[in-house]
Amino acid sequence: MKNQKNFERIMGILTWGAAALTLGVLAFIIGFILFKGVPHLKPSLIAFSYNSENVSLMPGLISTILMTLLSLAISVPVGVFAAIYLTEYAKRGSKLVSLVRLTTETLSGIPSIIYGLFGLLFFVTYLGWGFSLLAGAFTLSIMILPLIMRSCEEAIHSVPDVLREGAFGLGAGKLRTILKIVLPSALPGIFAGIILAIGRIVGETAALIYTAGTVAQIPKSPLSSVRTLSVHMYALSGEGLHTNESYATAVVLLLVVVAINTLSAKIVKSIGVK
Amino acid sequence: MNKSKEKFMAAVFFASALISILAVGLICVFLFVNGIPALFKIGTLEFLGGSQWSPMDQPAYYGILPMIVGSLYVTAGAIILGVPIGVLSSIFMAWICPPRLYKWIKPAVDLLAGIPSVVYGFFGIAIIVPLTGNSIVSASILLGIMILPTVISIAESALRATPRQYYEGALALGAGPYRSLFYVVLPAAKNGILAAVVLGIGRAIGETMAVIMVAGNQARMPVSLFKGVRTLTANIVIEMGYAADLHRGALIATGVVLFVFILIINISFSALVRKDRG
Repeated sequence: MKNQKNFERIMGILTWGAAALTLGVLAFIIGFILFKGVPHLKPSLIAFSYNSENVSLMPGLISTILMTLLSLAISVPVGVFAAIYLTEYAKRGSKLVSLVRLTTETLSGIPSIIYGLFGLLFFVTYLGWGFSLLAGAFTLSIMILPLIMRSCEEAIHSVPDVLREGAFGLGAGKLRTILKIVLPSALPGIFAGIILAIGRIVGETAALIYTAGTVAQIPKSPLSSVRTLSVHMYALSGEGLHTNESYATAVVLLLVVVAINTLSAKIVKSIGVK
Repeated sequence: MNKSKEKFMAAVFFASALISILAVGLICVFLFVNGIPALFKIGTLEFLGGSQWSPMDQPAYYGILPMIVGSLYVTAGAIILGVPIGVLSSIFMAWICPPRLYKWIKPAVDLLAGIPSVVYGFFGIAIIVPLTGNSIVSASILLGIMILPTVISIAESALRATPRQYYEGALALGAGPYRSLFYVVLPAAKNGILAAVVLGIGRAIGETMAVIMVAGNQARMPVSLFKGVRTLTANIVIEMGYAADLHRGALIATGVVLFVFILIINISFSALVRKDRG
C-alpha cells in the first residue's frame, strides 16, 4: 500500500515536472531573446540598404516577404489542385493515389538541407538560375507542398456531402460545384495550412543558403540573390561581430512566428477543427 | 464549351497531383546522379568506413565515418534527453492537465515547434555553449529541446486515441491514477509512442543550422562527449560553399547517405503508424 502511494507521488512529480520543464524551456528561450534583443531594436535596423555599419534587417525582411509570396504563389495552386484531385476525382484505393500519398509523406520527412542540396543541383546549377530568389522559392515550394496538400485535403474532406448533392441537384456541374461550393467552405482550413507553411518559410535557413544565397540586398529581379531574415541571422552569428543586432533580428523573427501561430490557432478555432 | 472546361480542369487537377511524385523522382535522380559517381570513385568502403576526412590534403581522404558517428551520437543524445521529457509531457497533456491549463500549454508546444532553427542555435550559443562547450553534449541538449514538440504532439494523439475504458478499468481494479496511466494506457499507446520517437530521430538527424552553431564541427572521430563533433548535415553546409570536383561529389554523396537514413526512418515511421491503426 505504501509502495502504491510512493509510485503515485513520484510519477505525479515526474509528469508535472516534465510539463513544467517544457513550458519553462520555452519561456526561458523567449524571455532570453526578448531581454537581449528588445533594447537593441533601433531605427537604423530598418534602413533600406544594408551595410556593416547599420546591420539593417530591412533587406532581409523584404526578401523574406518576397520569398514567402513567391513560394506560396507556386505551391498553393498546385497543392490545392492536387488535394481536389485526391478528394473529388481519384478512385478510392487506386494505385496512383497511394503513390501520390507515399511520395507526399516522403516529402514531408525530408530534412531541409536535402532540399537545399537538391535546389542547388537542379534549380541553381542544372537550370542555370544561379543563387536567386526564384531558385529559393521553387525549392521552398516543394518543401511546403505536403503541408498545403494535407491541410487542404482535410479541409475538403470535412465539407459535408449534402452541400455537393445540393449543388448537383440544382444542376451545377462537377467543376462548378467544386469551385463555387466546396472550395469556399474549405477555405478556413486551407488558410490554416497556408499560415503554417508561412511559418516554415520564415524560419527556413538550410534550404536557402545554397539556393537563394546570402547577399543582403533588396532584390532587383527574381534572379537576384537574397538573404531572408533567418539566413541573415545565421550570417551575423557566423561573423560574431554584431551580436546585439542578431538578438534584435531574433526578436523580429520571434514576433513573426508568434503572430503566425496566433493567427492559425484563431482560424482553426473558428472552424472548430479539433 | 462547358464540357471541355470540365475536362481541362480535371486534367489540371490530375497533373497537380502528379507533382509530388515528380518532385520525389527529381530529388532522387539529381542526388544519386551527382553523388554516386563520386562514391564509386572514392570507393564505397573508403567513403563510408574511412575515418579520415581531409579533402584539401594531398592525397585527399574522403571518409565520412566521423560524420556518420557524429550524427548518431547527437541524435542518440537528443533522444535520451528529449523523449522521456516529451513522453511525460504528452501524458500530462492528454490525461492529467486541467482544461484551463491545456489552453496555455498546447499553444506553447506549437510555438516551440515554430521557433526557427537559427533562433534555437543562437540560444544554444549564448546559453548552452558557455556551460558545456562546442560539443556533443551541447548539440544533444539543443536537439533534445527541438524534438520536444514533435515527440509531444505525436505521442499525445496516440495517448488520446487509447480508449477511456482502459484507464477506468484499471482504476476500478484498484490501481492508482498514475499506475493506471503508466501500466495500462502507456503500453496501449506503445506503437504511437514509438512512432513519435522515430519521427524525433528523423528531426534530430536532419537538423542542420542549430547543430552547426553549437557542435564545434571538427571532422574527426568523436573523442569525448565534451569535445566537438561534425554531423552529416553540417559537413554539407560547411564545405559546399567552396568545394569543387571530387570534393563536391563527396559532399553530395554525404547528402545521399543522409537521404537514405531518412528514407529508412520514414518507412519505419509509416509502418508503425499503419500497425497502430490495425
